[in-house]
Amino acid sequence: MDSATLSAEEQKLVRPPLVLNKRTMGWISSYVSTIVESKTPRWWFISIAITSSIALLTPLMLCYLVATGVGVWGNNSPVFWAWDITNFVFWIGIGHAGTLISAILFITRQKWRTSINRAAEAMTLFAVVCAGIYPMFHVGRIWKVYFLAPVPNSNGIWQNFRSPLLWDVFAVSTYFTVSVLFWYTGLIPDLATLRDRCTTKIKKFIYGIMALGWRGGNRQWRHYEMAYILLAGLSTPLVLSVHSVVSFDFATSVIPGWHATIFPPYFVAGAIFGGFAMVLTIMLPARAIYPQLHDMITPGHINKMAKVILLTGSIVGYAYLMELFIAWYGANPYERAAFWYRAFGPYWWAYACMMFCNVVSPQVFWFKWCRTNVYAVFIVCMFVNAGMWFERFVIIATTLARDFLPSSWGLFHPTIVDILTFIGTFGLFTTLFLLFVRFLPMICMFEVKAVLPEANPHYGEEHH
Amino acid sequence: MERSTTKMMISTTTTGFSTAPIYAVGVEFDSARDLYHAAEKVRDAGYKRWDTFSPFPIHGMDTAMGLPKSWLSALVFIGGLTGFSTAAFMEFGASSFLYPLIVDAKPTNLMTIPAFFPIMFELTILFSALTATFGMLALNGLPRWNHPLFNWDRFKKVTEDKFYIAIEATDEKFSLEETRQFLQSLGGSHITVIHHDE
Repeated sequence: MDSATLSAEEQKLVRPPLVLNKRTMGWISSYVSTIVESKTPRWWFISIAITSSIALLTPLMLCYLVATGVGVWGNNSPVFWAWDITNFVFWIGIGHAGTLISAILFITRQKWRTSINRAAEAMTLFAVVCAGIYPMFHVGRIWKVYFLAPVPNSNGIWQNFRSPLLWDVFAVSTYFTVSVLFWYTGLIPDLATLRDRCTTKIKKFIYGIMALGWRGGNRQWRHYEMAYILLAGLSTPLVLSVHSVVSFDFATSVIPGWHATIFPPYFVAGAIFGGFAMVLTIMLPARAIYPQLHDMITPGHINKMAKVILLTGSIVGYAYLMELFIAWYGANPYERAAFWYRAFGPYWWAYACMMFCNVVSPQVFWFKWCRTNVYAVFIVCMFVNAGMWFERFVIIATTLARDFLPSSWGLFHPTIVDILTFIGTFGLFTTLFLLFVRFLPMICMFEVKAVLPEANPHYGEEHH
Repeated sequence: MERSTTKMMISTTTTGFSTAPIYAVGVEFDSARDLYHAAEKVRDAGYKRWDTFSPFPIHGMDTAMGLPKSWLSALVFIGGLTGFSTAAFMEFGASSFLYPLIVDAKPTNLMTIPAFFPIMFELTILFSALTATFGMLALNGLPRWNHPLFNWDRFKKVTEDKFYIAIEATDEKFSLEETRQFLQSLGGSHITVIHHDE
């Protein structure tokens, strides 16, 4: 039905279009592909020079760590888990928003996800790459890391499969593998678009191999769609399980402040919260650099993502308050002390940062003006990124710093190696994202085409 | 290699190596709607070895083509079961038989299955996802280096904004002249005889 024939009352009920300015299918292909095909812009070279230099810090610091010994990190009694595990949980949590957008919003038929899912999934992969570095090096002897895998060895030793740390190994490696499969499956038809548009032989060869010979026949699409919905259906419980398993690392211990049943849902909500903030942190600059993306990543998208941040931020805030309530109501003196030290102990500033960034700052999204103003959204997202890092720091460092015996209390002091390793992962993350933007289609073209009104096989026909 | 053949009744082009055997006859459409209705007609005409090609999956096209539901889901179910049992054998094999490790004075047998469950869950998902991706590729006959359809220059637009139908020469009902006339009656354009590679 053409919206022009509707009355004013009916007009209000028509959903706003997902792609603005009545763009055609050809426009979508050419605009998105042109980003990849055109000459590499100068800003890209400058940015990647900066980010890859920063990224180099991580391997340099890791080499120094392995060559010298674990003492170069600030981890020490009683804070044996410090920045490495904080950063691991921080990065792995960020990945969750990508899977939420690509899988959960797919099976709930939220069509607006089509223009942001590709970049969000890429972000997932890059975040998991950054996350994976930390537990590998945290084991201390990286050259023995294969002990994590259940392979027969000459010592005759096998893993403890009932340990949450081993569950974590399986959860994170499964998560990475499934995310790669999901992402690549989604890329195949778009790589075929790039292959068919190529002008040079080398590009045609590379994109031709990557597209695997895709022809777009319906006999292919029907298996493809089945595979895609199955992957989405599999990723949904997977993404919920991954951060639950990460929270088990803490929750199955008997440390006051960690031993809490609220941890799995609270971690998952926090992961989605922090992840959406990171999606916006990288999408808003990308959208500013390529203005025509505004027709596909519309203010409506930003508005919806801001609403998700508001919702999950409020869930996280509820979890913080519930932790405090249970600490008081549970009447366990150690539990009460743990939370008292979180709020008023030596790390009160980290707790205050966490509360302000995660609970207070997203509340501005109750106002539509803030949800649609890109600058306001960007600033809040920066607060959320910082807040989610502080949340993990609060959970790990403040809890361990003051355990049962006051004689073993101690604070954590990060070393320069800790700090540079962490800064380096941001460089790695942005470098990978810049490479992605340059060489692969940032927007899922075939899915955006499929949500255009003319993609409906009954477009323009009378309704029955 | 594309040239017009004027002596025929219908204006048609051929593409590919004209001495090689014919792979199919193809026709181009401008919209998903035209393709959908044409597909219904091809289905009703009784062709079996044919396909519609589009830049995106078209909702309801399986019905329009008379195709059953994809049975990839059955493969994935088997994949999931394989993953689950792999994890079960791996965990109990190692923890109950090869290297019984008593933690917190708990037995290492089936009684402690809840603690073994997370890895069973993860491997179920992992194997299912691998089956979904590689099973989809296998059912689609991918990856492959080349395909006779790629001899058709206009077919490049299939990943952009054009829609195609190709009826293969191996179809029982296929006859070059009749199939060509039939495709002409569907209202598409650029009817083309596509040859195999030499």
